Amino acid sequence: MPELRVEALTHVYSAGTPFEKTAIENISLTVPQGQFVGLLGHTGSGKSTFIQHLNALLKPTSGAVLVDGEDINRDKKTRRAVKNKVGLVFQYPEYQLFEETVYADIAFGPKNMGLDKEEIDRRVREAAGFVGVEEALLERSPLELSGGQKRRVAIAGVIAMRPGILILDEPTAGLDPAGCRQIMANILRYRQETGATVMIVSHNMDDAARLTERLIVFDHGHVAMDGSPEEVFSQPERLMEIGLSVPQSTRLAMALRAAGVPLEGPVYTHRQLMAALKEVGVC
Amino acid sequence: MLKDITLGQYFPGDTIVHRLDPRTKILVLILYIVALFLASGWVGYGVMIAVTAVCMLLSHIKPANIFKGLKPMLLIIAFTAALNLFYTKGTPVLPGWIITWEGIAQAVKMILRITLLIAGTFLLTYTTSPMELTDGMERLLSPLKKIGLPIHELTMMMSMALRFIPTLIEETDKIMSAQKARGADFENGTLVQRAKALLPILVPLFVSSFRRADELAVAMECRCYHGGSGRTRMKQLHMTWQDGAAILLFALLLAGMILLKRFGL
Repeated sequence: MPELRVEALTHVYSAGTPFEKTAIENISLTVPQGQFVGLLGHTGSGKSTFIQHLNALLKPTSGAVLVDGEDINRDKKTRRAVKNKVGLVFQYPEYQLFEETVYADIAFGPKNMGLDKEEIDRRVREAAGFVGVEEALLERSPLELSGGQKRRVAIAGVIAMRPGILILDEPTAGLDPAGCRQIMANILRYRQETGATVMIVSHNMDDAARLTERLIVFDHGHVAMDGSPEEVFSQPERLMEIGLSVPQSTRLAMALRAAGVPLEGPVYTHRQLMAALKEVGVC
Repeated sequence: MLKDITLGQYFPGDTIVHRLDPRTKILVLILYIVALFLASGWVGYGVMIAVTAVCMLLSHIKPANIFKGLKPMLLIIAFTAALNLFYTKGTPVLPGWIITWEGIAQAVKMILRITLLIAGTFLLTYTTSPMELTDGMERLLSPLKKIGLPIHELTMMMSMALRFIPTLIEETDKIMSAQKARGADFENGTLVQRAKALLPILVPLFVSSFRRADELAVAMECRCYHGGSGRTRMKQLHMTWQDGAAILLFALLLAGMILLKRFGL
């Protein structure tokens, strides 16, 4: 199972032209196998550029990305091979569906890996299972499905490659609450059953607080904060300064403390808020 | 990568050429092209080169930008020149050679003609924003409405097409990245394989284009768009004495070129 290491990663767009722009600068971090990481940051903070380096879609201007200790940009072969190890689900992935049937679309990735027919079939069914796409849907056209179903099929298309590291760029953007819950549950299940590393770009602070083990906050192409949700959300001023917010429970706890209710300990999930409230005898 | 393609790019500026009415510029370009095709002798080509150079100076467009635009046309230029070089009858350069003096002259003239033609067109698109351009076209073509041609609709479609070129390029980039992340390979393989590899890009691109067109139509209807009749504009086009002068100058140029042709210069 892979470990991901990023060393002094810098990316400059349109280098050498008047439109030159440094998107990320000197980013170094290590993600151990199996960690659930949340990437936070406002639009244009460099998150998307960063994640596109992790499977060699973008070539670093300087620095390196190592998966299992091997530089993924060493040559053409490693650049291709890393796409089987690091699965990247883009924003609004449903717009990439193109095959005639859901089955064929999910099979696109495994087919590109050069697997044999039986293995492809196994993986398609497994991936469809992970995201809760029923057998009956497999023979339908992906264009006939609902928005949430399409999104899940698109994610299955990446999961079918069985990546050891799964990266998702705002997987719940634009979905209704039920769709959001379902997608997050699917991702959690994939991680639980395969032990994969999961990195998720999100603007939903509550999801980030509840699900992840580690949060990396981007600001102007740099890593501004990196730590457990507890550490990151214990500095709400810093987050606000960057232009982000804190989970609702943290905000409520802050307001209660300001009003004189002596709440104990870190509060960034509903459960913690309830516990803290019980302690002071409010409920 | 895809973003580097320039298509009728506009360089904003505030020169006399930029300020001219788009209708003037379109008319002037037509006069220029006719004059260019009338040029037959060296004097005629000399005049045309001078006119183009003056326009470039006035508009502050760097020659490098014009030549950059010429690049995709190099093959056609070279091909035309080669044909003229080898297939013009006359006195051979060396006895027994197929290349003639007349052929060389013809080839050079051909290169000049195509280069000037492209340079003139680029001067128009470099100094006129796509919006102005389609506005000008609409006004120039509006007499054709009388015979039932949907001029407003046609120019509206044109400006929308221009507007969506960058959007589509961005979309293509995105889809390509997404399919690459699923292991798609666009660079290797035989011609047939590579053509097939385009399918995962083209299908989503078509689907999203239709979706976009649908959304745009609804958005336009919501803002009460119902065709061109009675529609006013935010930017009114105004002709000034400069426009008159420009058209007059180019009309004179055309007359001059007709005279030059008469005298075979």
